[in-house]
Amino acid sequence: MRAGLSPADRLRLGALGLTARKGRAALSALGVAIGITAMVAVLGFSESSRADLNAQLDALGTNLLVVEPGQDLMGDDATLPETSVEMIARVPTVRSTAATYAVDATVRKSDRVPAAQTSGVVVAAAGPGLDAAVSAELRAGRWLDAATSDYPAVVLGATAARRLAIGPLDDGVRVWLDGQWFAVVGVLEPLVLAPELDAAALIGTGVAQQLYGDGDDLPPTTVYTRVDTDQVAATRALLARTANPSSPSEVRVSRPSDALEAQAAADKSLTTLTLGLGAVALLVGAVGIANVMVISVLERRREIGVRRALGATRAGIGSQFLTESVLLSLLGGLIGGALGVALTTAYAVHQDWGVVLPWQPVLAGLGCSLLVGTVVGLYPALRAASVPPTEALRSI
Amino acid sequence: MTAQAGRALQLSGVTRTYGTGSAALTVLHGIDLTVGEGEYVAVVGPSGSGKSTLLNIVGALDRPTTGRVLLAGEDLTTQSDARLSRLRGTHLGFVFQQFFLLDRRSALENVGDGLLYQGVRRAERRRRAAEALRRVGLGARLDHTPAELSGGECQRVAVARALVHRPRVLLADEPTGNLDSASGRAVLELFDLLHAEGATIVVVTHDESIAARIPRVVAMRDGRIESDLHHGAAV
Repeated sequence: MRAGLSPADRLRLGALGLTARKGRAALSALGVAIGITAMVAVLGFSESSRADLNAQLDALGTNLLVVEPGQDLMGDDATLPETSVEMIARVPTVRSTAATYAVDATVRKSDRVPAAQTSGVVVAAAGPGLDAAVSAELRAGRWLDAATSDYPAVVLGATAARRLAIGPLDDGVRVWLDGQWFAVVGVLEPLVLAPELDAAALIGTGVAQQLYGDGDDLPPTTVYTRVDTDQVAATRALLARTANPSSPSEVRVSRPSDALEAQAAADKSLTTLTLGLGAVALLVGAVGIANVMVISVLERRREIGVRRALGATRAGIGSQFLTESVLLSLLGGLIGGALGVALTTAYAVHQDWGVVLPWQPVLAGLGCSLLVGTVVGLYPALRAASVPPTEALRSI
Repeated sequence: MTAQAGRALQLSGVTRTYGTGSAALTVLHGIDLTVGEGEYVAVVGPSGSGKSTLLNIVGALDRPTTGRVLLAGEDLTTQSDARLSRLRGTHLGFVFQQFFLLDRRSALENVGDGLLYQGVRRAERRRRAAEALRRVGLGARLDHTPAELSGGECQRVAVARALVHRPRVLLADEPTGNLDSASGRAVLELFDLLHAEGATIVVVTHDESIAARIPRVVAMRDGRIESDLHHGAAV
């Protein structure tokens, strides 16, 4: 006895039922297509946005550690020792440090604005190298330099500039900072890694020392530290003790890139919801395919009988209908995958992200549709296989 | 062995009962029938006489309730369903009243389906299908679909499909029932020709005029063989 059907013959047989009823095949594949589209698109969106965030973090660096005062045992706000910046700079894995220092001052657009209206803009002194440490980019003007840091000059964060209604930086834009006019020399873009500086008005340490120093060094509020990329975790463990050896528990060390990643991960509720909807659509599509296949078996009892008479075994008939169901579902999966990729691409282009083709979701979607076609095809295939061969000769 | 070789089909004590208990209906009562190699037999009888049931059993589409059926020396009553399927595919060829060709496929593909379940590769199927179609006089119609062929031509495609794998026995169920008399005659002439070439043919019909041209006529009534006549001259 020779071998049974070849795989190519099986495929041809399975495709036969679909090509004979094209409209019905297309409609019944639609449900699966919608489900797979939704799943591929939503996974594609989140993959693209994550890729975008990763690109941003690559550009900004993930080796920034931020050292801040926490709270003391009594729950009061602690302060960092004045020496902490120097101490941290001595840690071998630290590449650079820069700090902001607290300045007891308020800033207003002009002296006519009542003193109480600070618009939530805080004043801080920016130590040298702060712009590099937080990857600051200027929207206009320039950063504080050796010359301007000793004079009444200020660089505004993006939010601060908006709240103080600072327009284009023509010559002579000034703000009223604690009883004195300060020239606005620069405005920053929003800072991804240090959003707390967006609402700050930054002045030079030199001028801060003169005006608010009271003879002492200013206490650092936040120390921004760039460390060796492969030593971030180890360095992070060291920094609290280094900054405040007497009470390390009063020091908070954070890694802003972690927070961004965590936030992106937390943004998943919508993704989960849409995935769920896609799964429901897939389920409905699966039931549709099962339904169409059962009807198809009823309609084709005669064909089944004739095939049995031509020598088809039960298994041969079953495999023909199972193949048909799998092909139907795969057709839906292919259409859905293509639509999902198209939607993802369109959305990524719209959002100005780099286009990331969601290969994994597409493969997962095809796998899903393969599974769906197999599972829902089993029952119709069994029904087809149980049609008796005498059906061939039954008179109409 | 030599005695066996001369018999294409042998039925002994075959009964077929549908249902059980008081609802049981016995359609065949102890049929004994032997068809030799190369014989051309008509099975005739009114509807309800059991001839379709007999055809189902002879065609290995159904099993007898009791009795034995030998096809080419092999006992069909003890075979598994899968084995019966293969026996149908290799030893039997079916011709149906309504042709049962696949609508959208060419004559060549329809006839090729007669070899599909024997695991014959596609190129070989097409070659042998073309040969079988030439044998039934449709060498010029290979790529026509059933819709493009006349009823008589469709039935000749069906005969080609039943012959393409060189079966031991060709079984035909009312082969001219759906044809006008000219097309019907052409199909019967084809059977005559095949018989002359040595094929074993069993035709089931209720039409006495068809039976009249077939050398051996088995008449059935109420599930029994009423008469079994050999009237030598035909064709």
